[in-house]
Amino acid sequence: MRALLRLLPYLRPYRAQIVWGVLIAVGNSAAGVLAPWIVKLAVDSLSTKANSRVLGKYALLLLGSVAVASVLRFLLRKILIGMSRHVELDLRNAVFAHLQRLSASFYNRNRAGDLMARLTSDLERVRYVLGPGIMYPLDTVTMGVFSLTMMLLISTKLTLIVLISAPVISVSVFYLGRITYRLHSQIQDQFSRLSERAQENLAGVRVVRAFAQEERETAKFGALNDEYVSRNIAMVRVQSLFMPLIGLFFEIGTAVILLFGGWGIMHADLTIGDFVGFIGYLGMLAWPMIAIGWVANLFQRGAASMQRLNELLDSQPDIVSPLSPFAPEKMRGEIVFDNVFFRYNGANTLSNIRLAIPAGKTVAVVGRTGSGKTTLVSLIPRLFDPSAGRVLIDGVPTTEWDVQALRRSIGVVPQDALLFSDTLDENIRLGAGDATLEEFASAAEISQISADVAEFRDGYNTEVGERGLTLSGGQKGRASLARALLGNPAILILDDALAAVDTHTEERILKGLRRFAKERTTILISHRVSTVKHADEIIVLDQGRIIERGTHDELVARGGYYAELERMQRLREELDHMNGMANDA
Amino acid sequence: MSENWQQEEEVLGKAYDARLARRLWGYVGDQKRRLAVAVLLLLLGAAGELAGPLLVKLAIDKHITTHNWPGLVKIVLAFLGLALISAAFRWGETYLTGAAGQHIVSRMRMQLFEKLQRLSIPYYDRNPVGRLMSRLTSDVQALYELFSSGVVAIVGDVVTLLGIMVVMVLINWKLALITLSVIPLLLWITFVFRKHVRDLYRQTRVKIARLNSYLHENLVGMKVVQLFNREPKNFEKFDEIGGDLKHTYLRTVFFYAVFYPAVDLVYAVAIGLILFGGGHLMMAGAVTLGTLVAFIQYVDRFYRPVRDLAEKYNILQGAMAAAERVFKVIDEPIEVPSPPRALPLPIAASGQPSIEFRNVWFAYRDDDWILKDVSFSVATGESVAVVGATGAGKTTLISLLSRFYDVQRGEILVGGVNIRELDECALRRAMGVVLQDVFVFAGTVEDNIRYGCPDESLDAVERAARVVHADRFIRRMPVGYHEPVMERGATLSTGERQLLAFARALLCEPPVLILDEATASIDTETERLIQDAIARLLEGRTSIIIAHRLSTIQRCNRILVLHHGRLVEQGTQAELLAMKGIYHRLYHLQFGGVPPSDGVRDGA
Repeated sequence: MRALLRLLPYLRPYRAQIVWGVLIAVGNSAAGVLAPWIVKLAVDSLSTKANSRVLGKYALLLLGSVAVASVLRFLLRKILIGMSRHVELDLRNAVFAHLQRLSASFYNRNRAGDLMARLTSDLERVRYVLGPGIMYPLDTVTMGVFSLTMMLLISTKLTLIVLISAPVISVSVFYLGRITYRLHSQIQDQFSRLSERAQENLAGVRVVRAFAQEERETAKFGALNDEYVSRNIAMVRVQSLFMPLIGLFFEIGTAVILLFGGWGIMHADLTIGDFVGFIGYLGMLAWPMIAIGWVANLFQRGAASMQRLNELLDSQPDIVSPLSPFAPEKMRGEIVFDNVFFRYNGANTLSNIRLAIPAGKTVAVVGRTGSGKTTLVSLIPRLFDPSAGRVLIDGVPTTEWDVQALRRSIGVVPQDALLFSDTLDENIRLGAGDATLEEFASAAEISQISADVAEFRDGYNTEVGERGLTLSGGQKGRASLARALLGNPAILILDDALAAVDTHTEERILKGLRRFAKERTTILISHRVSTVKHADEIIVLDQGRIIERGTHDELVARGGYYAELERMQRLREELDHMNGMANDA
Repeated sequence: MSENWQQEEEVLGKAYDARLARRLWGYVGDQKRRLAVAVLLLLLGAAGELAGPLLVKLAIDKHITTHNWPGLVKIVLAFLGLALISAAFRWGETYLTGAAGQHIVSRMRMQLFEKLQRLSIPYYDRNPVGRLMSRLTSDVQALYELFSSGVVAIVGDVVTLLGIMVVMVLINWKLALITLSVIPLLLWITFVFRKHVRDLYRQTRVKIARLNSYLHENLVGMKVVQLFNREPKNFEKFDEIGGDLKHTYLRTVFFYAVFYPAVDLVYAVAIGLILFGGGHLMMAGAVTLGTLVAFIQYVDRFYRPVRDLAEKYNILQGAMAAAERVFKVIDEPIEVPSPPRALPLPIAASGQPSIEFRNVWFAYRDDDWILKDVSFSVATGESVAVVGATGAGKTTLISLLSRFYDVQRGEILVGGVNIRELDECALRRAMGVVLQDVFVFAGTVEDNIRYGCPDESLDAVERAARVVHADRFIRRMPVGYHEPVMERGATLSTGERQLLAFARALLCEPPVLILDEATASIDTETERLIQDAIARLLEGRTSIIIAHRLSTIQRCNRILVLHHGRLVEQGTQAELLAMKGIYHRLYHLQFGGVPPSDGVRDGA
């Protein structure tokens, strides 16, 4: 329950609504509680001195009181449930803003699916606490107090007799709720098993087919499904008790009133009107009794969910700007790796990296998959911090830079070109919303995306991604490059960004880039020799260490990994050339 | 994973669609009896509940006003008994409906799963796993709600409403007419409410989907967001989408906030009418006080079903949309159909079939040909290596042999019979396939080896593992063969997964071996084990190997060279090298530095 205390700051802006809510709830119950009393008076008048005028008066009074109660009830719902929706948005925004501050290492540890679940279903459960969780207890208390008062006014004895069963309702609703909750988590467990199995089966469909295991897979799924069904049926058995039980308590109350009320009437202690009114109040009391148990469960679940949200809010961002950050007007673009180590999951991904890149130079990084190339360049815009050693930009360690200033001057084209579901224009302007048209045109030209866009009906206003046009890998890479160029960065990092681009286009891009790269530091990661051969220095990474370094010619002459790579690519080109001839023939 | 949050099919149709309803009814099947009993209990329960106010009337008119205490006690006892029985009936009814619903959707879930087991690979290429998962989970759940709290509950509500009306008319038709005169008003309110709420419900679903997909995109792409200092802008947009959703929620809250009090007000009007009109009738001696009280109680009981009915609409609407999607999967035609009269696999005396590709053309899409006019044959017991650069169409060969896809032109023969005429299962069982990316199922190592032949003993499993040298690394694990492994095999190295896949294939003793050798680099020790294992696997089997390593190629009788979808060269290694063609080049390219004259012998 303590977890829910974290909600208090979010409720503070809505103090006025809560106060109004309390007042209106009181008014609503006060007005609502009049109706059975009026009915009682009317019924009593019928057995004595009834006439049209009296009857008309009671009918109008009844209508009037219910009308007032209805208006108040409308306001109550609108204010309190509405408030829960406001807080829901505030809380969701707060969590989202916090998530934006968490670094890449957090996203390596936490799966997107789990984060999604917290921001959707857990948030919804917390909202239940805020909306119905506040409204119903208010209702319960005010309605309970008022109708109890009226019942006591009619007959203390009868009230006491009827009330004997009241706690039974609350307690049994609470316990049924608890059992339901337990059964529910058992069902959820089984559901996870069932869906994991299905997920595995669907993802591994080729293996399933290759071994002709369809029947067996179906049998396994069937067994899990049977268990799932029987757990669900166990739940149905308990849940189906719920409404009949509540109905039964109400009917028993009515029977008690009928019996003892009848006795009272026979002995002139009570009137028929008292009797009718009493049944009316019983109906009003029944709902609050049910609500107590229900709300208690609501709070239990809400607290568990809030706990899961608190875990997110409590995750400390590990990459933040220092108190007095270094934020120069302009970055020169000099990069130094000073004996850098990086550990991930207990293993050194980078070891002993010493590398100095003067401003304006181009360095290429080559090496096998998993050799640490991407990690190396991720340290420059401070997506991660080194485990040991320092990365210095313009002579200042990255940890002393203002994070935003640092990243603003670094353009990264990541391996997997990720575009957002938005227009192409928005995607390219991602980091530089205020770029001029000339700058935009130049970036589009160098990246060669302009040629693709010429083919689109809506040009740069074309929606891409999920709800729009699906771009090819090459187109995505080019758009992603344009995006990085547009920020006019002092350091440009291309992480195997042109892999999906065909060689002819690549050639054109590289030509444009060389002009662009003159005044900036460029780091190229690639598997293609054609991409890297013009670099001022080429380094070869293997298992996180630099094993070769030098210019293209130097490395080819050395006869190591790079020379081998170069030779293989030369052969491949010849092969393609040969094949071209074969196809022409 | 992302597909879960991209509820692209958020189109809601009608709440009732006769065609879908008929089809859904077909699934009720053997649950008909349960449902019939449920409906019977429902009717009896409703009747019991209807009798309550009548007893109250009787008590007031016949006993309380005449001071008949024993009579009153009897009535109260009857009332209690009836209440107990009604509650028991209602419990029974709710339970039976829920249980029947569970059985019905369980059958649908199984049918869906079975269908997914039969749908061909091209279908899986088009539909991401996440989408299929939501068919199996959320859509089936929506249908459960239809059966459990939808249909029968609606029948119950309608029966209760009609019952109350009938009883009222029977007791006193004049008072009944007066009381029921508010019904048109009630219907109008419900209609207006439903109309608005339905639209809002639809908007809400669309906006939730939008919010979720934006959120998902941001979580997955947080790195890019941060690199481009986009946090403030994206926060703004997130806030905007969330605000838009909130706006829709607030409008929904408004209509609910109007609806419930409005129904209360109509209820007050009805009670007022009973007091006023009934009072007059009573003064005229046309009704008794008991009747009046009974009417007040009936009006009380009238309102719960009315509220419920208004809310059931969303359930129906959601269920119909879900049914539409589920049926679409069930109705999906099978692109690679099994032959109606499948032939058994003809196996030569040696126990191994031959394989032949005859002018095969194949494209995954349109006429983007992956294989062009490929013809070759592999004789009984022969092993053939397929080589070629990436994208040459090698892996496609395997998919075609397993008949994951059908070829567009030409034919593939196994044992001299077109594979389209063979029994699919028999065909696949005859082939031990080892794919490059080894799929490891969640379970133990033992389970994974036994995957294709689940009935083999642990002894046989260990024997198979020993033959392919998997035994050693398995024994090094804490609990050996019982070691649990994770989905996708994150705990095993690439080499270990390879060996595991070898053991898995070997256990079933397939007469044909199809192997897609892993390209990834593996440490030399494991590499040596793998090479030896391959040699043992090839023994006595017709084999096709997509080879990446020289040593593997040298173990095969013959080499086929695929280049850009064409079979450009074939022959023994010596022949191909002598040709100085593509293989000659490829040989240098892939296997590096060794001069062709230097110790390369014909592998045969």
